[in-house]
Amino acid sequence: MSSMLTHAIRNLPASSAWAARVFARSLSCSSQLQAAAVQPKSKKTLAKSGVKNIVVVEGVRIPFLQSGTSYADLMPHDLARAALLGLLNRTSVPRDVVDYIVYGTVIQEVKTSNVAREAALGAGFSDKTPAHTVTMACISSNQAMTTGVGMIAAGQCDVVVAGGVELMSDVPIRHSRKMRKTMLTLNRAKTLGQKLSLISKIRPDYFAPELPAVAEFSTSETMGHSADRLAAAFAVSRLEQDEYALRSHTLAKKAQDGGLLLDVVPFKVPGKDTVTKDNGIRPSSMEQMGKLKPAFVKPYGTVTAANSSFLTDGASAILLMSEEKALAMGYKPKAYLRDFVYVSQDPKDQLLLGPTYATPKVLEKAGLTMADIDVFEFHEAFAGQILANLKAMDSDWFAQNYMGRKSKVGAPPLEKFNNWGGSLSLGHPFGATGCRLVITAAHRLKKEGGQYGLVAACAAGGQVVMLCGLAPF
Amino acid sequence: QSFGQLAVTKESKALIGLYHGQVRCKKNKFGTPQREVKTLAVLGAGLMGAGIAQVSVDKGLKTILKDTAQQGLDRGQQQVFKGLNGKVKKKSLTSFERDSILSNLTGQLDYKGFEKADMVIEAVFEDINIKHKVLKEVEAVIPAHCIFASNTSALPISQIAAVSKRPEKVIGMHYFSPVDKMQLLEIITTDKTSQDTAASAVAVGLKQGKVVIVVKDGPGFYTTRCLGPMLAEVVRVLQEGTDPKKIDALSTAFGFPVGAATLIDEVGVDVAAHVAEDLGKAFGERFGGGDVELFKLMVQKGFLGRKAGKGFYVYQEGVKNRSVNSGMDEILARFKVPAKPEVCTDEDIQMRFVTRFVNEAAMCLQEGILSNPVEGDIGAVFGLGFPPCLGGPFRYADSYGAKQLVDKLRKYEAVYGSQFTPCQLLLDYANSPSKKFHQ
Repeated sequence: MSSMLTHAIRNLPASSAWAARVFARSLSCSSQLQAAAVQPKSKKTLAKSGVKNIVVVEGVRIPFLQSGTSYADLMPHDLARAALLGLLNRTSVPRDVVDYIVYGTVIQEVKTSNVAREAALGAGFSDKTPAHTVTMACISSNQAMTTGVGMIAAGQCDVVVAGGVELMSDVPIRHSRKMRKTMLTLNRAKTLGQKLSLISKIRPDYFAPELPAVAEFSTSETMGHSADRLAAAFAVSRLEQDEYALRSHTLAKKAQDGGLLLDVVPFKVPGKDTVTKDNGIRPSSMEQMGKLKPAFVKPYGTVTAANSSFLTDGASAILLMSEEKALAMGYKPKAYLRDFVYVSQDPKDQLLLGPTYATPKVLEKAGLTMADIDVFEFHEAFAGQILANLKAMDSDWFAQNYMGRKSKVGAPPLEKFNNWGGSLSLGHPFGATGCRLVITAAHRLKKEGGQYGLVAACAAGGQVVMLCGLAPF
Repeated sequence: QSFGQLAVTKESKALIGLYHGQVRCKKNKFGTPQREVKTLAVLGAGLMGAGIAQVSVDKGLKTILKDTAQQGLDRGQQQVFKGLNGKVKKKSLTSFERDSILSNLTGQLDYKGFEKADMVIEAVFEDINIKHKVLKEVEAVIPAHCIFASNTSALPISQIAAVSKRPEKVIGMHYFSPVDKMQLLEIITTDKTSQDTAASAVAVGLKQGKVVIVVKDGPGFYTTRCLGPMLAEVVRVLQEGTDPKKIDALSTAFGFPVGAATLIDEVGVDVAAHVAEDLGKAFGERFGGGDVELFKLMVQKGFLGRKAGKGFYVYQEGVKNRSVNSGMDEILARFKVPAKPEVCTDEDIQMRFVTRFVNEAAMCLQEGILSNPVEGDIGAVFGLGFPPCLGGPFRYADSYGAKQLVDKLRKYEAVYGSQFTPCQLLLDYANSPSKKFHQ
């Protein structure tokens, strides 16, 4: 079912609600909001009776670097450890105060399957502090955060460190299945005769390695390919995508030069210099970008290397506490984490459309409208994906036919949208992006003087939307 | 039977004495400090600063390493990493342990976190003005209980403390290079330093795995002061025409682990020149011997020793057998002085070195810089490389005989003058043969 209309929306079979979540992010938002509106905002506060207030005390990240640069010789837990150490230094929080550590990551280093634990131990946390690792594609660290929120809300913990990490410079390249089978059987072979007979079956094709790919397992489609189809379905042109990419890089550069990227902590890489800045920000020109060939759908595609996020190494960490605990410890929290919604869709045709589905849900539950939101931080997997989502959100037709709503959600106004750059320009270490989005939203709310921020990210057939409110401290 | 024979040799006694001395010097004679040092700050990420940081994080002490320049800080942090990584290569640490240890280290360019520091050790450039500046800066940010320690090798602590608002918290902690290998820590107290400060400093040194001696303030303290005259003598012997290789051979034959000329290269010719001048000013003629201008000329030519790749010898990466620096020929020729054959046999040269060392050590004990001969022996052996088989200057004086030493000194005094004048303490011990430094 890949016939697409060139304008607006394409027809999908009705039964396309597929919950397969190989690369899916979702948030679950639920809570009764108190009605209070007196101001221009629909709601004065998002606090809920009977539910603890959970705050973000601080969030940091090590600089995000293009894969194959300064972090290339490290392992993921080294990056995660550096983020944790950066967070400890920034907040001076005593290690024994942290009750739990959760990390998100996507391409797992096989030796460190629980990267949260390895990073925590390496960072000097007590071996009595539990830690676990979650995976949910690009929203892995969002999942880590909401796991933390859940634990605090349930009263199990007061202080949780959540984070994300990704190292694309080194990926698990495996032997072919045939070779693996031969090796494992060899282990069990007892006699020389048995071993020789196994070895004699080896053929040249046994040596071809299996490489991990950024692709859906369920559909065998690479994400870039899916993005290209999505862009085509919503008639997002190459020009529009390049323009968006330029916007992202330009704003990121401005933010970097203007010292706005406060969440970045320096990282002394063993054997190399101290890394202090993201190295992927490169505002180019429309002409330069126009010269590139499409990366995924050749030769007519619109998604290129310039208007996609790039393979990045990096890690982030965020300190979550119950409000009570934070104040008792003398901290000035940066934001409340209020609501979140996870949704899932069809990984084939709606892989990257998550934000459109989840945003209205979370706004409704919170009792807010799009106009109430002051700061938007959306994950930019591809310029085409962002623009397709914006178009979908702005379309009554889509809302009525696909979302079962009466009218459109409304697209976020661009002047409130990813004002300090986004994943396209700053980089997208898959697991680490979620925390970056949240802390950036918090910082932007403070700087731009807003009250409500909306963080959203798509992840292979599912998505996350988190609503956070500024903490008035 | 051989064991029995060996067990009663002088060497055996000396080594046993050293063992007992070490045990004694691993105890804190000032008692338990009021507060345990949990956070240490090290100023200066140079060779010494990074080395101090390494031995601290290695033992689990949270350490802040501060420098003024990113490059210097990176170099220092890399040094710590390399030091720990060396252990990983030798398989005495796992890479995970190395990373966990490194997590105790925070490198920074500002004073953030100093409000929580319990002790600050400064290892900045050996210049009194810089040290004063740093002390004032630091005192503005540290808490009242925080101790300020200086790693200076020769600047009097009381001089450094002159600009301090809390001189009772100022103390000297003199480490030896390379810090991760040299066991000695020489702690220097002024008359203003409080007992608790001393107790804290000793406690930190012991935690870092050091053998600790505590001496009183004075130019050169104990270790630098004893080495001074000996190195002055080395220069004189060089000027008299003995080449560096021969000097090394003679000193190692005597028992020094590192030959005297190599030692100068290791310490740094510029440091040696500096020290020679300063101590010369403080103590006068007694510290003379060779011409300090020889060192200065070497410094001018860039022959600073190992750190510059060239000194008395040429140091090349990966080359084990060093060659003598041919550039030295010219310098040595320039400073040549006639030798006095009656005091230039091999044995004489050795004794000239050693007697000046022992004499100065005795002088330190006499003046109260040293509190007891045991610390004197330990300091000399573990910090300066005095022959361990002789057990240290005081053990040696006992076994060789104070009288014999004084006789030798008189012999050289007749030729060279006041530099060899035996100190009163040695004379007293020479006159009463039953008097021994070690009972």
